[in-house]
Amino acid sequence: MKSPVFDYVRATSPQHVFKLLERHGDDARLLAGGQTLLATLNLRLSSPALLIDIGGLAGLRGISVQGGMLRIGALTTHVEIEESSQVAQHAPLLAMAAPHIAHRAIRNLGTIGGTLAYADPAAEWPACVLALGGTLVLQSSRGERRLAADDFFLGIYSTAMAADELLVAVELPCTAQGERQTFDELARRRGDYAVAGLAACARVDAHGDACRLHDVRLAFLSLGDRPQRARQAEAVLQSGPLTEARILDADAALRAELDPFADLTHSAAAKKQLAATLMRRAIKALSAPPAA
Amino acid sequence: MNTPTDHPTRRVSVIVNGTLFLREVECRKHLVDFLRDDCGMKGSHLGCEHGVCGACTVRLDGRIVRGCLVLAAMADGHSVETVETPAPSPRLRALQDAFIEHNALQCGYCTPGMLMAVLDLVERRPQANREQVREWISGNYCRCTGYHAIVDAVCAVLDQQRAGRFAANAVEARA
Repeated sequence: MKSPVFDYVRATSPQHVFKLLERHGDDARLLAGGQTLLATLNLRLSSPALLIDIGGLAGLRGISVQGGMLRIGALTTHVEIEESSQVAQHAPLLAMAAPHIAHRAIRNLGTIGGTLAYADPAAEWPACVLALGGTLVLQSSRGERRLAADDFFLGIYSTAMAADELLVAVELPCTAQGERQTFDELARRRGDYAVAGLAACARVDAHGDACRLHDVRLAFLSLGDRPQRARQAEAVLQSGPLTEARILDADAALRAELDPFADLTHSAAAKKQLAATLMRRAIKALSAPPAA
Repeated sequence: MNTPTDHPTRRVSVIVNGTLFLREVECRKHLVDFLRDDCGMKGSHLGCEHGVCGACTVRLDGRIVRGCLVLAAMADGHSVETVETPAPSPRLRALQDAFIEHNALQCGYCTPGMLMAVLDLVERRPQANREQVREWISGNYCRCTGYHAIVDAVCAVLDQQRAGRFAANAVEARA
């Protein structure tokens, strides 16, 4: 279908964006890579009067490391993250997750900022940013503020961003010594929305055959109205040496704390089973000896 | 919501297959309608028109994109390449030949998008195996062939490339 009629303007600076948002309010939508927004407009799911193209704001692009933090500009594309050596070194979780996002032609334009601001519970980046304990950097005419990922995602397509705010970057702590990260998702076909997915990281303490996990963070996607941590299972996993009995306890804790939504093809029970499978695989990946 | 009653337009300048096109287009017009209606290039097709089927795959500044998920206004000042480029690369010609040889198309509707997607694969993933080819084109739908013949054709060109067929044709460095 053709999208509804709208006007289009290219923003020249963040201040320009703030002015336009102030003037047009809810009639305006920010256009970044457009890979979700333009699809939903072609489906006529909404009809904004104005698209504000922020794609030319150079200050919102790029990846850098500053003071132990990996900073990724909001307009950085999925492919740029997928191919970044800095990401591979300091946040390998993102490099593992990127190939799961749609298809190459979409990853070439879609942006991390657009994905985070849209807050689709089936998207990969929100769960990754949650697992890594990331911080979202927001700007408006009132100034800049930072929000922890734990406080950012409020529900389906819903975030703590105010209507006049612009997401400019996400900051992630660089991988610490001994920390491991892993990402996996289950989809009916590569590139489809995940039925369930898991972004996981932990500090791993291994001595011979004994292994202990610390600072475990498990963030699931596609299970509910937002990416969600499995705090009970995390607590069990880091409560002592990793044994089969402890993994069984974590499995039980996970099944008790999750309350997934069913989707068109999978029941809530199936999703819970898939989540437990993903957690087992993640534990295996985290505790495996590092590749030589 | 406020929908404007007029149809806002914008003047754009886009290089398509090496030729500069200056056109006045509706702001809501996407790149494939621009290519077909305003530039007269009918090679790029529209299937689903919401980013799922891949029939509209073209190159924007050297990278493959979904033509239905890019506005002509966003392409203003940029460069687009489609399957009907007047100077097809040796790899594109080889893929076209292999598609014919392997019966990798029947109705042909998906073929232009398929070719643009797999050309990118041949250039960027020269070591791709059969499974990786399938994964790469999982975003391009074909309703005739059942995909096997397409994967055969792409693997044949990858084999030729590994055997040195395009050794004289370095892939241009792309931004």
